[in-house]
Amino acid sequence: MGFPLIDLEPIWLTLQLAGVTVVILLALGTPIAWWLAQTRSRCRVVVEAVVALPLVLPPTVLGFYLLILLGPHGWVGGPVQALTGSALSFSFAGLVFASTLYSLPFVVQPLHSTFESIGKVPMETAQSLGATRMDAFFTVITPLARRGYLTAVVLGFAHTLGEFGVVLMVGGNIPGKTKVISIEIYDRVEVLEYAQAHILSAGLLIFSFLVLVMVYSINRKLPVQVT
Amino acid sequence: MTDLLTAKFKMDYAGFNLDVDLNLPAKGVTVVFGPSGSGKTTLLRCLAGLERAPSGFLKLAGQVWQDEEIFLPIQERKIGLVFQESRLFPHLNIQENLLYGYQRTLTRNLHLDEVVQVLDLGHLLKRRAEKLSGGERQRVAIGRALLTSPKLLLMDEPLASLDMQLKAEIIPFIKRIEDEFKTPIIYVTHSMNEVLQLVDTMVILKSGKVVNCGPVEEVFSDVRLRDAVGDEQLGAVLETSVAEHDEEFGLTRLDFMGQALNVPKQNIPVGQNLRVHIHSRDVSLSTAPPAGTTSVLNILQAKVEKIGVLDPKGYSVDIELDAGRPILATITRKSLANLNLKPGQPVYAHIKAIKMIHESDNM
Repeated sequence: MGFPLIDLEPIWLTLQLAGVTVVILLALGTPIAWWLAQTRSRCRVVVEAVVALPLVLPPTVLGFYLLILLGPHGWVGGPVQALTGSALSFSFAGLVFASTLYSLPFVVQPLHSTFESIGKVPMETAQSLGATRMDAFFTVITPLARRGYLTAVVLGFAHTLGEFGVVLMVGGNIPGKTKVISIEIYDRVEVLEYAQAHILSAGLLIFSFLVLVMVYSINRKLPVQVT
Repeated sequence: MTDLLTAKFKMDYAGFNLDVDLNLPAKGVTVVFGPSGSGKTTLLRCLAGLERAPSGFLKLAGQVWQDEEIFLPIQERKIGLVFQESRLFPHLNIQENLLYGYQRTLTRNLHLDEVVQVLDLGHLLKRRAEKLSGGERQRVAIGRALLTSPKLLLMDEPLASLDMQLKAEIIPFIKRIEDEFKTPIIYVTHSMNEVLQLVDTMVILKSGKVVNCGPVEEVFSDVRLRDAVGDEQLGAVLETSVAEHDEEFGLTRLDFMGQALNVPKQNIPVGQNLRVHIHSRDVSLSTAPPAGTTSVLNILQAKVEKIGVLDPKGYSVDIELDAGRPILATITRKSLANLNLKPGQPVYAHIKAIKMIHESDNM
């Protein structure tokens, strides 16, 4: 038997989903993590708990509520349908929305702890040198937080890559639209096509392993931060 | 007309409150001195705008930085900040560190070349902060603050983490900043040793309140100083000028206000200024003129100005004298009783030791 034909579509779709999700997560997670690291507000614990919820909830529970939320009668899906003609459930956009929520803690938590370890001093110093907070954030805090960003990107990406339950609940199993690798593997196993399941599973395994090795080696080479 | 710095801050924390009302000349070096917990750093943070005292007022050279309505954020205050740790940015090299504030300054009075030259940073520019020694790092931090052309340089124990030798190396640079760039400096410290040669104006803080404030010569010989500075540093600081070198006996004569002090020969040209510190324990008093029967070389004519608080449990008392300039003497209570000293009474002050405060040997 030659090289078994594997469908590239789920792979491409998965990479797209993970990529888009990570970009959104960085934009969303940065202000949340910064706020958490700075604030003395009592709301802090509530926000922290909400962000961490996907870590402990069964994916089906999250998926169930998201399905309702994003569906044609949901708070989010309803207005979107009125605007665009179709709801978010069983669509790529819906998957992105769900993945963003699901992977949020994997981006917010490393950034939060990095911002906390950086402390107030670099910001104060930059401000005393005439920088506005925004300016100081991008020219001082971000470069100092690169380890945290690297960890956040990799964890966010890898976690989105591997999700199953939420995707199945929210996206279903629509080829080219919502059928990602993890679901494809499930499908193959269901129909006893172990060869294809092997290739996809091993591919995902090796890819995840290589990414992690790369991250840890880059992390080691970055100079230790001194203040 | 001298520019003024007016600062009023009131802050209440649990177990600590700051309550100051200061009018300082915005020139030269002002040293804020006090033991730890006296509120020095809080005062500095209020001046910098890092802390907002609920009812505060701050004005520098006619410009209000804080009042009931106004609170200028730190980046708009035109101040330079230097802390105990250099706080250099680790992701930038030295030149980039130096230029960080410069690039964000609109009105630039100081430029890289002169600051690099005055602080001797030329050979460090391409290096990273972690490769520098503590003293070098501190010089870069000072340079970086200066390159924002600040109206005020605030230094919070900038030398505290350095050893004696490095301190001695940096002090002349701070002196040069004042001489060459005319940037007023507010310098917070709990160690008087390191600033005796720099200080023009003293602010003494204790438990969040100003104990004393004014020109160094007056403040240092105030009898109230004992509480705040402790026995170690108690004594007068005198500004003298080198009058004459006596080669035969190896002495140098220092003049101040018509009086003379003889000290071991100094390698300083005639006419130059020299600051000396006279420890109050090295001053003893007599009411009769010396009749050539003493080995003490330096005897000053003085007048009793003020007699310090008598502590019935202690054995000594501080006496403030007027010898043209104020001088402080610490004598025993028994001597005070024997001599029957009263304010206004003329006395002879026998100076047993004089400490020269050099601007450092490598200048």
